[in-house]
Amino acid sequence: MSRTRVGRWFAVVLALGMVVSLAVGAVLWRALGQHVAEPGQASQSVLPAQDADAIQRGEYLARLGHCMGCHTTQGGAAFAGGHGIETPFGTISGPNLTPDAKTGIGRWSADDFWNAMHHGISRDGRLLYPAFPYPSYTHVTRQDADAIFGYLRSLPAVEQASRPHALRFPFNTQAAVAAWRALYFRPGAWVPGQDRPPEWNRGAYLVRGLGHCAACHAPRNAWGATIDAAALRGGMMPVQNWLAPSLAAPHEAGVADWPLEEIVALLRTGQSPRATVSGPMADVVFGSTQYLHAEDARAMAVYLQSLPQQDRPDAPKAAVPGAAVMERGAAVYAARCAQCHGASGQGQPAQFSALAGNRAVNLGNPTNLVRMVLQGGYAPATPGNPWPYGMPPFQQVLGDEDIAAVLTYVRNAWGNRAPPLGSLDVQRVRERRAPG
Amino acid sequence: MGLAVAALWPAGARPQPLTAAEMAPRVLACTACHGKEGRATPEGYFPRIAGKPAGYLYNQLQNFRDGRRNYAPMAHLLRHMSDAYLWEMARYFAALDVPYPPAVPAKAPESTLRRGARLALQGDPALGLPACAQCHGPALAGGGDYVPGLLGLPRDYINGQIGAWKAGHRRAHAPDCMARVADALTPDDIGAVSAWLAAQSVPPPSARPLPNLPPPWPCGGLGSTAQGSRTP
Repeated sequence: MSRTRVGRWFAVVLALGMVVSLAVGAVLWRALGQHVAEPGQASQSVLPAQDADAIQRGEYLARLGHCMGCHTTQGGAAFAGGHGIETPFGTISGPNLTPDAKTGIGRWSADDFWNAMHHGISRDGRLLYPAFPYPSYTHVTRQDADAIFGYLRSLPAVEQASRPHALRFPFNTQAAVAAWRALYFRPGAWVPGQDRPPEWNRGAYLVRGLGHCAACHAPRNAWGATIDAAALRGGMMPVQNWLAPSLAAPHEAGVADWPLEEIVALLRTGQSPRATVSGPMADVVFGSTQYLHAEDARAMAVYLQSLPQQDRPDAPKAAVPGAAVMERGAAVYAARCAQCHGASGQGQPAQFSALAGNRAVNLGNPTNLVRMVLQGGYAPATPGNPWPYGMPPFQQVLGDEDIAAVLTYVRNAWGNRAPPLGSLDVQRVRERRAPG
Repeated sequence: MGLAVAALWPAGARPQPLTAAEMAPRVLACTACHGKEGRATPEGYFPRIAGKPAGYLYNQLQNFRDGRRNYAPMAHLLRHMSDAYLWEMARYFAALDVPYPPAVPAKAPESTLRRGARLALQGDPALGLPACAQCHGPALAGGGDYVPGLLGLPRDYINGQIGAWKAGHRRAHAPDCMARVADALTPDDIGAVSAWLAAQSVPPPSARPLPNLPPPWPCGGLGSTAQGSRTP
C-alpha cells in the first residue's frame, strides 16, 4: 500500500470519526431547541392574499436571490429544477420549486418554506446541503421569504422529478450534514446596525442575505464552509475554478474608491468604465443584479464600499520575463489581440477592455485571465447594455506556449507588472485545476 | 430562459436594431472561428454562417444557448444573450453576401458519390427517406427563412451534424424532423451524402427570398415555434 493510499485511508477514518461524533453533538444540539424563534422574527406567516403586487415583489426578491441560477436548467422550464452544482464532495442538484404537488413544492406551506430558507431544513425534516446558500438566506426576513414563497406558488406547476444528488460517502449521509451544521451554521436574523444609516443597512441585508455574495466571494475551508463570510475576501471557487476576487481589496475587486454610480452600473448593466463582468459574475448580473431597483443597487454599493479594506501586498517580486518570451508574446498580441485591445493595451471605452492598468490582468493568480483567453465571452445582455461586445475563445486556436507568452507580455507591458506564466500554468487552467 | 427574456425589455423601451456597421465589431468574437465575415473555408471544421437564412441562424443560436445543440464554446459565448440580440446577430450574418470558395474535389469512390447524389436529390423511398432537396431547395441552397442551404460546408462538419442528430446530441425545436432523417440514415449513407454535398460548388445566389417548401413531416422551428418565443 503506497504512502498516499495510507494517507487517504487515514483521512477517511478521521472524517468518519469526526462525522459520527459531530452528528451526536448536532442531534443533541438540535434537540436542545435550535428551533426557538429568534428575536425580531415574526413567528407566524404573514402570507397575504395573492395579489399581483405581492407576487411581483416576490419575483423581484427571487431574482435578487438568483434562485433560477440553480433551480432552472439551461433552456428548461423556469424553477423546475436545475443542473447539478459541482462541489468537491459531489454534485448537488437544485430541486423543482414549482407548485407541482408530486415533484415540486406544491404541498409546502409558508412555514415549510421558511424552515428551508432560515433553518436549512426541508419539509420532510431532511437537513439540506449548504450548496443551497441558507447560511446567507438565514438572514432573510420572514416577510421576504413569504413573498418569495407566494411568487413560487403563482408559477405554473411543472411535473419534473428533481435529479438526485450524486455525493460521495460520507458526504451523502445526513450525519455528515448534521456535523457540518453543528460546526458551521447557526440560524440568525439580520440585525441592523443601530449606528448605520438605513441605506447601509439595506445594502448589508441584501449583500449578506439574498444576494449571498459570500457564496463565491468568501474563501472556503476544506469542508466547504466559508471563512469570515462577511469580510468577502475572495477565493477560488472550488471545481468551477474561477477566482472570485476579494471585494475588500483595492488591488482585486474592491470598490471603496469607485464613484458610487459606477458600482451601480456594474451591478445593473454588467459594465462600467473600470470593469466589465465575466465568468460567473456575468451569470449573476444576467440572472440577478440586472433586475435590482436603482435604490437597492445603490444600497449594496454603499455597503460594499464600507467593507474593511485589506492591505495591498508588497509589490510582487515577480521574476522578470525573458526577452524571447516577451518577443513571442508581443507577436501573438499583435496578431490576435491588438485589433480590439489596442497597440498599447488601451482598449476602446465601452467596447473592449483596456489591459494596461487592468486589475484583473495584474492579479497574482492568473486563472481568470487564462480562462478569458481560452473561452472568451460576452458581457451579459441587459437593458443598460443590450448589445454587448465579446471576446472570441482562443482554446482551439492558440497553444499553451502562445497563451503563456501573450499573457506574460500583457502582464509586463505598458506599466503592468505581474508574474510571468509558463505553459504549465495554462495547462492547469485548461484542466480546471487550481494554480500550483 | 423565456421568462428572463420576456422581462428584459419593458414595453416601449425596446431598443432599435443596430446597423451593419454597428454590428461588425460586436461579432468579432464569432469571426475568429467562423472566418472573416463568417465565410469559413471548406477545409476547417467551423461552418460558414454568412448568408444563411436569418431564421435558421437564430434557431441555432438559441439551440446552443438553451442546450438543444451541444458545443461548449458556443454555449459559453451565448449564455448571457437575450433573444433580441441573437436575432440581431442572425440578421447581420444572414444579410452578408460574400462569395463562396470553390468546392474541394471529392476523394470518395464514384459509387459512394452516386449514392450521395441519389439521397440528396431523390431520397430513398425504400428507407422512407425524403430527398434533402425536398426541404433544402432544388438547388440545395436553402428553403425559406428557416431551412439552410447544404452546399459550401466542410464534409467533416456535415458528418458531425448528422451524426450528432442521430446520437441525440443535436436537436431542433420539436417536432424534430431532422432527427427522423438522421435516424433513418446508416453511417455509410451519412458518409455518402456528406461526400457528395461537400464536393458540389455553390451556384451563384438565386433571387431571394427563397421560397418556403412544405416539409414531408411535421417540423418545428419553421417560423411559428421559433417566433413564438422571440421578443422582437
